[in-house]
Amino acid sequence: MALSGLDIYKLLPKTNCRECGFATCLAFAMQLAKKSISIEKCPYLSPESKVRLEASSLPPIRLITVGEGESKLQIGNETVLFRHEEKFHHPCGIGFILKDSLSDEELKKKVALINNFQLERVGQHLSVDLIALKQEKAKSRFIDALKIVLANTKLNLVLMSQDPVALKEALVLSSGRRPLVYKITKENLSSLLPVIKEFKVPVVAESNDISSLSELTQTLAKEGIEEIVVDTGLKPVAQKILDLTQVRSLSLKKSQRSLGYPFLTITSESDNYAQTEEAATYISKYAGIVLLNHFDPACVLSLLTLRQNIYTDPQKPLQIEPKLYPIGKTDKNSPLLVTTNFSLSYYTVLGEVEASKIPSYILSVDTEGMSVLTAWAAEKFNAEKITEAMKKFEVEASVSKKSIIIPGYLAVMSGDLQEQSGWEVIVGPKEAAGIPSFLKNIN
Amino acid sequence: MAIEAGSVSVVSVGATKTEGGTRAHKIEIGKKPQVAFEVWDTAPLDWPEEFDKVFAGSLKDPFSWAEKCVNEYKAKILCVKLQGAHPDFENKPPEACAKFISQLLKKVDVPLIISGCGDDAKDNLVLPLCCEAAKNERCLIGSAVQDNYKTLVAAVLADEHNIIAESPIDINIAKQLNILISDMGLPLERIVINPTIGSLGYGLEYAYSIMERARLAALAGDRTIASPFICFVGQETWRAKEARISSEEFPGWGSETERGLAWEFVTAVALLQAGADMLVMRHPKAIEMINKNMGTLR
Ligand code: SF4
Repeated sequence: MALSGLDIYKLLPKTNCRECGFATCLAFAMQLAKKSISIEKCPYLSPESKVRLEASSLPPIRLITVGEGESKLQIGNETVLFRHEEKFHHPCGIGFILKDSLSDEELKKKVALINNFQLERVGQHLSVDLIALKQEKAKSRFIDALKIVLANTKLNLVLMSQDPVALKEALVLSSGRRPLVYKITKENLSSLLPVIKEFKVPVVAESNDISSLSELTQTLAKEGIEEIVVDTGLKPVAQKILDLTQVRSLSLKKSQRSLGYPFLTITSESDNYAQTEEAATYISKYAGIVLLNHFDPACVLSLLTLRQNIYTDPQKPLQIEPKLYPIGKTDKNSPLLVTTNFSLSYYTVLGEVEASKIPSYILSVDTEGMSVLTAWAAEKFNAEKITEAMKKFEVEASVSKKSIIIPGYLAVMSGDLQEQSGWEVIVGPKEAAGIPSFLKNIN
Repeated sequence: MAIEAGSVSVVSVGATKTEGGTRAHKIEIGKKPQVAFEVWDTAPLDWPEEFDKVFAGSLKDPFSWAEKCVNEYKAKILCVKLQGAHPDFENKPPEACAKFISQLLKKVDVPLIISGCGDDAKDNLVLPLCCEAAKNERCLIGSAVQDNYKTLVAAVLADEHNIIAESPIDINIAKQLNILISDMGLPLERIVINPTIGSLGYGLEYAYSIMERARLAALAGDRTIASPFICFVGQETWRAKEARISSEEFPGWGSETERGLAWEFVTAVALLQAGADMLVMRHPKAIEMINKNMGTLR
């Protein structure tokens, strides 16, 4: 993958001519290694060095785009094996397989169900990303089924067919949607290659083991096809995890370009819960796309939430804008609760306040995204900070009762806060779940 | 799996007859991941109704609850939470708790994890008596925390049990606590780390990465963090809003039981990928599913 500063230096002219703006070639090499400058700045690079340097500046795992427009799916471009080393960059796509053997009615119903599965969670929009239409019937049925899918959803598409004629027609129909084609293999290479080349769509390359997979992607790359998602086909979960891990680590640690693509997985378990577990395993360990067969709302909710968790930036907790939030039809007598600007804290309190159906204010204090207890320990959420926030967001203008409810765990600060803010301090429940009954009681 | 459990220490829980105890088998935590059924010494007040149905009303009688787990659901190990001892709960006297443990040991023959009520002062009275009551049975007892570990370590040492060392999602505290405990003479090989997990959607990712980091450090040779992990999955997941609010309030997302189940086993699946060794769980169906998942990973 990335070359070190010294590796790069070896490729430079070593004349220290300064035209790049640096005193020495070595200084320029160091900047190149940090990717903070472009190789174009040195006019004296040999063509061979240029090729090598350009290759090394490519991301080790390609970014692949499926679909067009706002809800397009971008996967790949990952840089680490463990999220704490940096973060996982592009949340894996989650999708469902629908067969063309379904009746029109069933197909419409399922598409609608999957399409409408959307919700807000901790301030983020969660939804399914893909519908994969699988050809089992004759070409005409596949095309009719595709028409139904296209008409009923804007979700990104996977076309699961290995029939070049059907695929060609399907790709004409879905022009402008940039579907992912599943799948090209060593066996069908000659028949599918022309179609993929003509329509310039991303394609899944499948081969049973990693070395033959690498050969396949190299063959494709020679043909100019690099918008690739890889797969190793149907196999037991344990082996699939091994493949996923190997592909990720070979592309990152051994710079194996031919494996530097996102990985597609399809669940093989038939039981609904078992397929959910299988999908959760793949989400945790390196899948770029997870396709499932059975749609169950509770299970999908848990998978979308897991993906949200795994792809959260470990260095940057999800935060909301610190301010005074009126919840419901508030008036001057509405209670005022205070919490941090860590999304999870805020949205947990929000959920309970909404559930109580008692219009209230929530004051979100800027704790740099730390949770209640962490922020308290770091002195980002104490009497002083809360008093500051009360002034800054002019709570007095909105709340006339001059009393504020603090999280139960911070009962110790009530005296201080009372003194500094001049407001009455009420100690709220320790767990957010206690908020509704608490609010009802103080009302 | 990405993380192999190669150099993690193996903590052996449960003493068989040949080892001077009365357990039918022992459980080796740190070899391959396993599940413990969570049971209480008293009827839980705030568990979803679903549990009353699943355990057919036996939650009110801790012994029959425990027996059901072992006989019907084939639990290989139980985690008993002494919630009844909590001052805000029933405030059971320590002697009553110890008696409960002795009786439970007669009713079931699987190894036990014994978890205090969470009130430090009370646990310091309760757990030493329970250690004594379970002498020779080689239990796993918890939790020792950074500012309250001495009493428990002494008791665990005296009666030859293993200990759970709990740290608040913090790798340095986890290491520090392991060192403090081993400095008192309890070997590192008898410590299981509780990294305090959050459930899916409620901070899961924090413990997830702490566990991955700790495991990588252990594999790189750091013995002070090479302990297996115990994760209290059930207690975290069934508090989640998704496992509680009814389908009338949250239409279109399945029943609260379906959501709760998915929450419990998906949390467990993710933690397995982060290196969890012992999962403490509540719902038999979720446990059945996670056992299945662990089967597919071997
Ligand atoms: S322009 Fe090229 S040759 Fe000249 S100093 Fe910079 S790196 Fe060296």
